[in-house]
Amino acid sequence: MGELLGNYLPILVFLGIAIGLGLVLLLAAAVIAVRNPDPEKVSAYECGFNAFDDARMKFDVRFYLVSILFIIFDLEIAFLFPWAVAFKDVGLLGFWSMIVFLAVLTIGFAYEWKKGALEWE
Amino acid sequence: MISADLNIVLPELILAVYAMGALMFAVYTGKDATAPLILGSTAALMAALGVWIAISGSGAATAFGGAFIDDGFSRFAKVIILLSAAAILLMSQSYMERIGILKFEYPILIALATVGMMMMVSAGDLMALYMGLELQSLSLYVIAALHRDDQRSTEAGLKYFVLGALSSGLLLYGASLTYGYAGTTLFSGILETISDGKMPIGLLLGLVFLFAGLAFKVSAAPFHMWTPDVYEGSPTPVTAFFATAPKVAAMALFARVAHDAFGTVTADWTQIIALLSVVSMFLGAIAAIGQRDIKRLMAYSSIAHMGFALMGLAAGTMFGIQAMLIYLAIYVVMNIGTFAFILSMERDGQPVTDIDGLHQYSKAEPLKALALLVLMFSLAGVPPMVGFFGKFYVLQAAVDADLAWLAVAGVIASVIGAFYYLRIVYFMYFGEERDAIQTPMNAYNWAALVGAAVIMVAGVVNLFGVEALAAAAAETLVN
Repeated sequence: MGELLGNYLPILVFLGIAIGLGLVLLLAAAVIAVRNPDPEKVSAYECGFNAFDDARMKFDVRFYLVSILFIIFDLEIAFLFPWAVAFKDVGLLGFWSMIVFLAVLTIGFAYEWKKGALEWE
Repeated sequence: MISADLNIVLPELILAVYAMGALMFAVYTGKDATAPLILGSTAALMAALGVWIAISGSGAATAFGGAFIDDGFSRFAKVIILLSAAAILLMSQSYMERIGILKFEYPILIALATVGMMMMVSAGDLMALYMGLELQSLSLYVIAALHRDDQRSTEAGLKYFVLGALSSGLLLYGASLTYGYAGTTLFSGILETISDGKMPIGLLLGLVFLFAGLAFKVSAAPFHMWTPDVYEGSPTPVTAFFATAPKVAAMALFARVAHDAFGTVTADWTQIIALLSVVSMFLGAIAAIGQRDIKRLMAYSSIAHMGFALMGLAAGTMFGIQAMLIYLAIYVVMNIGTFAFILSMERDGQPVTDIDGLHQYSKAEPLKALALLVLMFSLAGVPPMVGFFGKFYVLQAAVDADLAWLAVAGVIASVIGAFYYLRIVYFMYFGEERDAIQTPMNAYNWAALVGAAVIMVAGVVNLFGVEALAAAAAETLVN
């Protein structure tokens, strides 16, 4: 049991450093920085403009649809990377498993295409 | 090697490939015009697979390095799941057509959810468990919101999704703790780590989180909050589906995890299950009293029934599992019959769900009222209906396992719960004149309603042999 958990020591150290460093950077800005705001300083810079609307506005649901469809293929890439890196080790079974996975995804893609999800008008 | 594995998962494979093929066929041809065809073929395929598994299945085999288990227990659950899903599909066609949401995706999503459920009951590994559970849940989220122009249906879908995601999170956290302390995700491997009957505290925490996640899925109190809203908001055929097959799958998965992965430490988890059971029974019985909407009422009824099914699991014995399986089989049949009636309830052509419309119903439709009376008596557990025997078995299992207090609590909850079932019967036979409902039915729904009622009466002879089948199934899980 101890040995098993010991195997995870590197990731624990990594997490400790990552979280510690993140906290240090966050807190350093709050502790060390000189804060002396005046209206000119906190206003938008010359190249920007003041906010003129609420961020919570209505927007076309089609943007949402496109981003959702994008995420599916983004995730596919996330699966493809480790597969490609370990390509020599996964063998024929691993190769065909991925091909089947891609085929299933293609069916979904053909469905959304035919359903008209990719058309803007 | 791989072909032997694929041979074991053949039923799941056929259904999954069929679902994808049907999706392509429908979207490239008539779209929603093909929906009745796809609905019929999906129901036929699921029924055929159910019969095939029932007849041909024998022995126990594992595939994919133990991640998938095909044994008597999983086959028993799969047969119930497949047949009930097929029955619900056939019942739902006319209702879906009437409110104009018979889309071709509906039967395909039901088929995919069924694949997920078959995966769940066969899971032999935490990853297989999660995969099956998510395939089932994601399909169910979508069909809950199928009526997307209806505010309540979309609300139901969203609520179900958010709470389902929360429960998946709990479950995954439990799974990761379990993996961390057992060093394996295989159920058989986890069982090996605790073969001396001692439970490390980390593994216990993992177990608790796993069970909390699963309790969400079976809607056991205190993890039931989503149930009434989702049942009420979803289209009625979807509610009927929620109340049957997924409940069986989640309960079977519960039993699988409890016995296959934690079978040597029954004392540690039976107390958790017993608590879930007693809280569910009382909450289901008491909270349903105030409901005027029959779908909400059935939601609380299902919570109470899950409490009784959990009582069988709480016994932690082979007989307990047998009792649970018998209870689930009876529960599914009662629900199919009751929902066949609810699906047909309408007033002036509009579907209604308030129980006030049932006043004096027996004068208009004596046969249907009689069938519903039988089903309500059976749901309440009144002897000599079959529903009584389901309760009898789980109570006996609890008493045998020295959980007499749980059995007594179950009897008390059952008496409280009888009130709202009997009130429906009272309305139908002795109610006052009110704005009455009509219940036009097609042949499927009529057959489901009357057939379920007949089974509830005729089953008292020998429960159609389910007892022996459940005993054989339980034997393969607990040893």
